[in-house]
Amino acid sequence: MSHRPRYRRYQPRLYQRRMPIFWWVHRAAHIRFITRELTSVFVAFGALELLFLVRALGQGPAAYAAFLAWLQTPVALILNAVTVLMLLFHSLTWFNLAPRALVLHAGGRRIPDAAVRGLNYAAWVVVSAGLAGLLLAT
Amino acid sequence: MTEETITLEIFRYRPEREEAPAFQAYEVPCRKDWVILDALNYIKDELDGSLSFRWSCRMGVCGSCGMMVNGTPVLTCGAFLSSYRPGPIRVEPLANFPVVRDLVILMTDFMEKLNRVHPWLIRHEEQPVSAGEYLQTPAQLAEYKPYSMCINCLLCYAACPVYGLEPTFIGPAAIALAQRYNLDSRDEGFRQRTDVLSQDDGIWECTFVGECSTVCPKGVDPAGAIQRYKLTAAVAWWKHFLLPWQRGT
Repeated sequence: MSHRPRYRRYQPRLYQRRMPIFWWVHRAAHIRFITRELTSVFVAFGALELLFLVRALGQGPAAYAAFLAWLQTPVALILNAVTVLMLLFHSLTWFNLAPRALVLHAGGRRIPDAAVRGLNYAAWVVVSAGLAGLLLAT
Repeated sequence: MTEETITLEIFRYRPEREEAPAFQAYEVPCRKDWVILDALNYIKDELDGSLSFRWSCRMGVCGSCGMMVNGTPVLTCGAFLSSYRPGPIRVEPLANFPVVRDLVILMTDFMEKLNRVHPWLIRHEEQPVSAGEYLQTPAQLAEYKPYSMCINCLLCYAACPVYGLEPTFIGPAAIALAQRYNLDSRDEGFRQRTDVLSQDDGIWECTFVGECSTVCPKGVDPAGAIQRYKLTAAVAWWKHFLLPWQRGT
């Protein structure tokens, strides 16, 4: 018996297509999307690195010094440089997308997209400056 | 003077004759005011009457003539042949849907999903006729109007890789239409729709590729509608979690 059902009048035999594995390589917008998704790996790496730094700090001066020494190796320097670039790409694209999700009103009027984007950037700068001030003061 | 022509490579699938689809080339006049739909009608009338495709209004309102043109979902009534010169132009049925015949897709899946999101006004209690109309200010109308422009052409589903990979995903147009009613000041059905759309195959399946909004011929921005819905649903969930005695709308 055939695996394919026979065509019968008024009972259509549908043709089902499948997405190829490399569906995302044909369009620039899809490549940008996949790149953005991949930057999440570096976001996770940055978070893990910070957690390991805190753990090393908790383990005492020797462990902390060893961790700092690892951070100064060429591999760690390159990895962290790439991570910073990826985090910047991730953050900037996220802030630019924010107005699509965040629709705010004030005085019965919708706040323009540029203002929502601007508020996000402003909050980013304020938090970063606060953290930088805290670190430089110690 | 001989008329300029252009070649259309058309996806042909005739299930009573062929096991697998194949492309067939047709040469048509490349007239300045012709769109791809005109070329398809020319083929049907003059070259090959067996070609099957859907169309109706020819003015970007009915949403019937959506097809993949050179890999991009477009309404063929709005895509001029001259923009694709010198060709060839590859015309295929909308991606991510089963093909019934040639350029005709089966849209049953979308119709079922659309029904699931309750795309109509829901009221807990209807006010009596004597109370008059449900009035709305221009600002309240502006809130949902962009989403009401959807013509169910399914270009957004053809552009959505999430729907292609996970066919259970409710999809861009159905969620944008759910938002159209959620944002209507006369509607009280947010909870009902959110019960459906907060499931695994609802809003959280969307990864914000954004192509649905890029291809939308009516500027609906389904991607924005979904992200906005995510935020509203998350806030509603936290409200319900922290203040369980308060029933949300």
